[in-house]
Amino acid sequence: MILIYAESPEGQLKKVALEAVTYGAKLAKAMGTTCAALTIGNVNDAGSLGKYGADKVYNIPGDSVDNQNIARAVADAAEKLDAEVVVMSFTTTGKSIQGRVAARLKAGAVSGVSALPDLTDGFVVRRPVFSGKAFADYKITSAHKVLSLMGNAIPLEVLGEPVAVESIDVPLVSCKVRKLSVEKQAGGIPLPEAELVVSGGRGFKGPENWHILLELAEALGAATACSRPVADMDWRPHHEHVGQTGLAIRPNLYIAIGISGAIQHLAGVNNSKTIVVINKDPEAPFFKAADYGVVGDLFEVVPKLTEAVKKFKA
Amino acid sequence: MKLLVCISQTPDTTANISFKDNDTAFNPDGVQFIMNPYDEWYALVRALELKEAVGGTVTVLNVGPSTNDAVIRKGLAIGADDAVRIDAEAVSADFVAFQIAEYAKDKGYDAIFMGKETIDFNGAIVPSMVAEYLDLPFVSQAQHMDVEGNTATLKRDIEGGVEVLSVDFPFVISAAKDLAEQRIPSMKGIMMSRRKPLNVVPAVDFVNPVEVVHFAKPPAKSEVKMIDPDNMDELVNLLHNEAKVI
Repeated sequence: MILIYAESPEGQLKKVALEAVTYGAKLAKAMGTTCAALTIGNVNDAGSLGKYGADKVYNIPGDSVDNQNIARAVADAAEKLDAEVVVMSFTTTGKSIQGRVAARLKAGAVSGVSALPDLTDGFVVRRPVFSGKAFADYKITSAHKVLSLMGNAIPLEVLGEPVAVESIDVPLVSCKVRKLSVEKQAGGIPLPEAELVVSGGRGFKGPENWHILLELAEALGAATACSRPVADMDWRPHHEHVGQTGLAIRPNLYIAIGISGAIQHLAGVNNSKTIVVINKDPEAPFFKAADYGVVGDLFEVVPKLTEAVKKFKA
Repeated sequence: MKLLVCISQTPDTTANISFKDNDTAFNPDGVQFIMNPYDEWYALVRALELKEAVGGTVTVLNVGPSTNDAVIRKGLAIGADDAVRIDAEAVSADFVAFQIAEYAKDKGYDAIFMGKETIDFNGAIVPSMVAEYLDLPFVSQAQHMDVEGNTATLKRDIEGGVEVLSVDFPFVISAAKDLAEQRIPSMKGIMMSRRKPLNVVPAVDFVNPVEVVHFAKPPAKSEVKMIDPDNMDELVNLLHNEAKVI
């Protein structure tokens, strides 16, 4: 049995949770077993997880959660269902509970995996290490295994039909970390889930020029990001900062505009499938990591690209 | 307050990464090692600020061989009162977390700080594992912390927003950027660090459930294709037909 913890911030199943279910379903098939998704709290349309491959969907009711009681519930459910592998998403939540679940289950834990395990000689699973500069293959030898899946690492697939949600008799203990407030970012596509990302650096010269980037992002339907100096100077909010000390993302397309490509920035984006670099300096190090490069003044090039995208979409 | 800060040694950010023994082990030749920046710049400094505000002690803890002592001494030079090294190779997150918890379990720490991840393996597993072994509340990836009496109020970025949390001591905290400002050790700090205690303790037995059996480098990136800045239609065409991303 494979158990997938499908996280649902504010009751909504995000794309990363659906990806984890697809991953778990494919792993179950490879191991010749079944898979179940576990949801906690009031979750909108939890039965839809059946479409992404869950044979069963369980729910634990409760409205006050922190990483301690979620982890305990996930581990208890894994023991009750005799789950060999627990799968979750490599998100803020995943990073808060994976070690806890593994400690409770005496399980080997591998985080941020990017592919299904190789089962030919035990259980060997691959993940990026050294900020994307290499991969490591981890062999897990414990009876229980706990994996977290990197966002955008595998394509979503419809593998079945919606199923009825069943409750499971696992208690949710009281939680000790109190959530005082959540300041939601206005609109837009959340960066970790985005397939297309347009990102800007110091080359924009100031926040007043950001509309040039926003227009391109809107034409593409892309999320927006920025380099560290841009966030440090408060031109853009901190949650847009990608790089070693910010978010690590792996979109299908990353367009870097006016970003030189310091190694700390590359560490957050070098797993992107396709990288486009627009920079006026032909010696910018980012070109070495790019698939497509444009040497030119961003104030001229980007509006032209926006027009070309609009023409293509029309 | 009695504070513990767990620190790791990692290759320098700009180090060239290579492997040895048929790609089964990291090759340390010619690599400069540093204290993991999340541990040093944010976790350690925030713990020191807390000690300066309310009194107490800061202990730094590392799981590693004696070759890590220089990095541990740096933690003392920045301001920790004493240090502990658990004498074993840090073979996995599971192993390191178990060692930290076994050491800390009967010491009565008010808070245990560490970076949100190390910059080499980027695993982010150890902090929540330590919290579970010690049955403590945990706040991950904290970017800001205020302390009043026995309660801490913390801020962190989550997907799509900023979350504000509150928790009572004792707890485990993992540090992200902005939790504190990097401190450079002073000459006095460096001199004093040599006289501060660095206690070496043996590791406890643990059956390691996971190990790296092979490393691989990503396939070499093909040569960048340069596009005429006056021909953005060509770029859109390539993104659609060749890269197939739009």
